[in-house]
Amino acid sequence: MSVEPGPLEAALRARRSQGGKALVPYLTGGLGDWAAALAAAADAGADAVEVGIPFSDPVMDGPVIQQANDRALAEGITPLGVLDDLGRLDAGVPLAVMTYYNIAFRFGLERFASVLAERGVAAAILPDLPLEEAGPWTEAADAAGVETVLLAAPTASDERLGRICARTRGFVYGVGLLGVTGVRDELASSAVVMADRLKQLTDVPVLVGVGVGTPEQAEQVCRVADGAVVGSAVVCRILEGGGPAAVGELVGRFRRALS
Amino acid sequence: MVILAEPVGGRFGDFGGRFVPETLVPACEDLEAAFRSAWSDSDFRDELNRLLADYAGRPSPLTECRRLSEELGLRVLLKREDLNHTGSHKINNVLGQALLAVRMGKTRLVAETGAGQHGVATATAAALLGLECVVYMGEVDMARQSLNVFRMQLLGAEVRPAASGSRTLKDAINEAMRDWVATVESSHYCLGSVMGPHPYPWMVRELHRVIGAEAREQCRELLGRDPDVVAACVGGGSNAIGIFSGFADGEAALVGVEPAGGAAIGRGVPGVVHGSKSFLMQDEHGQVLEAESISAGLDYPGIGPEHSHLAAIGRARYESVADDEVVAAFELLSRTEGIIPALEPAHALAWVSRAREELAGQAVLVNLSGRGDKDVAQMMGRLSER
Ligand SMILES: Cc1ncc(COP(=O)(O)O)c(C=O)c1O
Repeated sequence: MSVEPGPLEAALRARRSQGGKALVPYLTGGLGDWAAALAAAADAGADAVEVGIPFSDPVMDGPVIQQANDRALAEGITPLGVLDDLGRLDAGVPLAVMTYYNIAFRFGLERFASVLAERGVAAAILPDLPLEEAGPWTEAADAAGVETVLLAAPTASDERLGRICARTRGFVYGVGLLGVTGVRDELASSAVVMADRLKQLTDVPVLVGVGVGTPEQAEQVCRVADGAVVGSAVVCRILEGGGPAAVGELVGRFRRALS
Repeated sequence: MVILAEPVGGRFGDFGGRFVPETLVPACEDLEAAFRSAWSDSDFRDELNRLLADYAGRPSPLTECRRLSEELGLRVLLKREDLNHTGSHKINNVLGQALLAVRMGKTRLVAETGAGQHGVATATAAALLGLECVVYMGEVDMARQSLNVFRMQLLGAEVRPAASGSRTLKDAINEAMRDWVATVESSHYCLGSVMGPHPYPWMVRELHRVIGAEAREQCRELLGRDPDVVAACVGGGSNAIGIFSGFADGEAALVGVEPAGGAAIGRGVPGVVHGSKSFLMQDEHGQVLEAESISAGLDYPGIGPEHSHLAAIGRARYESVADDEVVAAFELLSRTEGIIPALEPAHALAWVSRAREELAGQAVLVNLSGRGDKDVAQMMGRLSER
């Protein structure tokens, strides 16, 4: 690839070249003691952390992350509030924000990209911004040096997956199943298939998320994938009242399963 | 030609697009191709037209309102979509999409509903064609439109409550989209208005074009010309775009009427939600605001992208009316013409009534998009409080 990898991609590649598997936990910005939870996740062995900026209408999210969004919004968190808090934090690992396109659009794409860069955020994930619509955003993000992580889903043809892999930065986010975020009893067979299809198409790190909810499931998918994104399991822990220590403990269990 | 064209690249000027989770992009592409092929297939068109005539009761009549016209000092004509099977214009779109779903080999319909009219229409088409049907409906709407919940159940559909956010139409759409993300291989998302990702705004408009085509012919017969004004209520905007499409290339003024509490064009700015870019009621941070309207069918903070385009280029104008004006219009049409309208088209009538001086002597065509049976219980409560 001709593009110089950004800090997120560099960290994930480094993990892979050491023979390890990458672990990227997700948590919702503005929910509880989230900044401390983020630091705990990093200390417990996360390679990067994904932070959700709450949106009123999160169509790609299941009940757990919806509830987290609603709670954080009810507490008055704003997108800039999350980003300012991130700017004050030194987690020691690359950070990615995950939010819906209207948040960036309302902010102004160039301004959003430059605020991310100024606050030290490496990457952005916008799950309702598919390849065909991503141009204006990726232009702004590239100019600001922000990596745009694209999602790849089981419904795509190999030809489409190839185009997604060519445009993604940081990693390619393989969607593990047909459905929205949430913990499932078992890993869907589509998760490994997704990882395998992507691995055959690209050298960019392949991480699978959505439906990876236990250390065992993470270990299973990472037999093929380069890493896993774990969202609802972490957020569920926080919604149940778990503080930073509980988050660190959970992330630590995922880390051990992947080592 | 502004309103008649196929959107280029899924866009109406600056609006529209396909802002959906990656999982749904191939499904939207397949749907676009399937609709394009069906729409140019005379067998498909014949089958749809046969259903519209023999099952839904088209063409719907044009009624000249003598007593109401006298009272308002203008000439009111109603396009009687309330007389369609299931009681609203929604059946036009649903029959087309249900036939398309069968053609695509889908066995299940997913839909959202506000007032329940689109849900009832979808449940009806599913029963007719032997498809499974799940309808998402906000909890608030399930309470105020309980009759329609029962109708859907009678028709064999499962009604699932949307319990998050404002618990109205916007949240029902979120739930329907989440369902579709998980069931896209077997399900067709039967979206109920000219909104959502491409190809929906285009496809749903094409399926409602019949309203405008009939109305134009009927007006020419009655008036010898187009009306001066064509007015319709706007939630997502499907009944409005349907009737506008018959008159957009002529001289008639086109007026869309939104509820004051859900006025996307009146109070919104451009934004992206539910798959397309359009005017949207949102706060300074991009969080979508909750609409608040007496009418469950219009209780929506967004609007279809083609309406945003028509507003931007000045071909249509958008007004808003308050709940009290709507209630007055609901009573006025009932008493003067013996027609109990749904609360949604009562918005269009409320604007005509308010603007009667400006409209004096003109011929005004109103799309009476649905009948009021579903609203009678709610009105009974409200009017007995007086
Ligand atoms: C009778 C009637 N008119 C209008 C609407 C609003 O939809 P649209 O703006 O798409 O016509 C509804 C929606 O439920 C309805 O039931």
